[in-house]
Amino acid sequence: MSRRLAHSPAGETAIAVQDLTFAWPGGAPVLDIPELHIARNEKVFVEGPSGSGKSTLLGLIGGVLTPARGKVMLLGQNLGALSAAGRDRFRAEHLGIVFQMFNLLPYLSLIDNVILPCRFSLRRREAALAATGTLTGEARRLLAHLGLKDEALLRRPVTQLSVGQQQRVAAARALIGGPEILIADEPTSALDARAQGRFLELLIEECERAQSALVFVSHDTALSRFFTRTIELPEVNRAAQAPEEEGA
Amino acid sequence: MNRFFFLPLAARSLMNRRVTALLTLFAIALSVMLFLGVEKIRLGAKESFDNTISGTDLIVGARSGSVNLLLYSVFRIGDATNNITWESYRAFAEHPDTAWTVPISLGDSHRGFRVMGTTGAYFEHYQYGQRRPLEFGEGAPFEDVFDAVLGAEVASRLGYELGDAITLSHGIGETSFANHENKPFRVAGILKRTGTPVDSTVHVPLEGIEAIHLGWESGARSPLAALYTPERVRQMELQPAEITAFFMGLKSRIAALKVQREINQYKSEPLQAVIPGVALSQLWRVVSVAETALTSIAAFVVFTGLLGMLTAIMTSLNERRREMAILRSVGARPWMIFALLMSEAALLALAGALCGIAAIYTALTAARSFIEAQLGIFLGALQPGLYDLYLILAVVGAALLLGLFPALRAYRNSLADGLTVRV
Repeated sequence: MSRRLAHSPAGETAIAVQDLTFAWPGGAPVLDIPELHIARNEKVFVEGPSGSGKSTLLGLIGGVLTPARGKVMLLGQNLGALSAAGRDRFRAEHLGIVFQMFNLLPYLSLIDNVILPCRFSLRRREAALAATGTLTGEARRLLAHLGLKDEALLRRPVTQLSVGQQQRVAAARALIGGPEILIADEPTSALDARAQGRFLELLIEECERAQSALVFVSHDTALSRFFTRTIELPEVNRAAQAPEEEGA
Repeated sequence: MNRFFFLPLAARSLMNRRVTALLTLFAIALSVMLFLGVEKIRLGAKESFDNTISGTDLIVGARSGSVNLLLYSVFRIGDATNNITWESYRAFAEHPDTAWTVPISLGDSHRGFRVMGTTGAYFEHYQYGQRRPLEFGEGAPFEDVFDAVLGAEVASRLGYELGDAITLSHGIGETSFANHENKPFRVAGILKRTGTPVDSTVHVPLEGIEAIHLGWESGARSPLAALYTPERVRQMELQPAEITAFFMGLKSRIAALKVQREINQYKSEPLQAVIPGVALSQLWRVVSVAETALTSIAAFVVFTGLLGMLTAIMTSLNERRREMAILRSVGARPWMIFALLMSEAALLALAGALCGIAAIYTALTAARSFIEAQLGIFLGALQPGLYDLYLILAVVGAALLLGLFPALRAYRNSLADGLTVRV
């Protein structure tokens, strides 16, 4: 399907959006982006208040929403040309996703949570195995890089971890098997300022090591200083420009 | 990549909700237990019922209904509408096709247990189960006119031992005021337990029945009765004029239909002969209404158990939307979410059914002797068999069918929610 893309050189386009519009059934367009480019080596901060279309954009990039018009290209692959199943597979292979909070499955161990994407993607499984030899080893390596190496901590049920620790586990999960694109949807909003800074530094460092593009979405403009580029979503999204007064 | 990754996931997700899962499992196990228990008892009851009498080719009595004849002659339930004469009995006892006959005479009782007058031939020819003869636990068949042989239940319930004296009552009430107390019987033998109505019967010689009724010809005690002392009676010719019915064994079973027809068309007296197996199955058909009702109730209980499971999974869905979104984000396809929920239902049902089956077999094995002794129901071999496999398949199948509801709902939710985590 897109195996050749696994070897795409850094610097190539990671995400390209063209004439993209999206509307919920029967509603006005919530997203209208004429153009958006994010390169493979970029760490991009996408800033926008709630209602500016962040979740919709993520859904479109994640391939769970289909645009009304226009296209979303990931690593040169037009998502619109893929079936729903194909998009699911593409997401499993090339995308790591970190949510705002409660990223972990409470019934899996910490390590199993990190390994989870390798159950859905053969490519990421093989990449993880190639990196360290075992999936557990690779999970431990990533966790150690993200500052989680205490053995007792790794054996703890994930529900007993602090929010900051949970987010680092989620980051390790998004990074395992080296997906080309990492999407983080307000992953630091539940952390205090110090923890935010530490988490971001580690995340960016790991993305650099794995040569993954990072798309970091947040409404907190203070975080933009960590990134190479900032995209103001209300400026790019024409649909969000009209009802500006909504953002309080 | 493992295509069945969702099975361990489902198991661990269930473990995470173990209290609800265990309660659900328990409900399913209990319902399966009930269903299988009812089924085993039912089969055991039918088996025991079919085994009440064997080796007898024909049962002959006054003309009434075949079920009625079977009820009073074998099950000691109800009464004969009429007696048959000794002459008719002799006519067929000497029939060329006849191998043996056992006459019986009913109508008296002892403290609630039926008394049956018969001959020594009864202990020789009467058979039950897989052609098992009656066996004596203690003592021997009667020799004297006033000897009695007790069924195992009579002896154990009333605490009788060999040599004890017992008084028969006229009629079949539990407390009778018309007692034959001037002619007591002596316990000469106690039969081994059979699990059939024989256990609840007091057997005495036909002559004994005749003897205690001397002076009772009007149906109640006349002053003459006192004149017939046991000593005098023993000297008398005590051939009965009438008996209630007789069992018949033929030289060849093939003759059964022919002899049956002859008896039914007997000119001197309206007689009726029934083939025990045929009458038993007729009687069972009457009982089988209750049997079907019981089975359906048990089946509904299983269904209720599964509905409990459906409720448990349904209510868990909302709080698990985040779980589904996480799975979707790491690449799970919507059908995998569907499969995850289906496997949860299947796992619960499978575990529940297995626990239920294990529990009922353990319970029945433990209670076996109690059930056999108290209910007279023989449970047969208690090993899980093909039937249990079908039961498991049926329960899991039904669970999968019900599981479609939450699974489809989760499938639709995960399509709608996508990667957004909604709470």
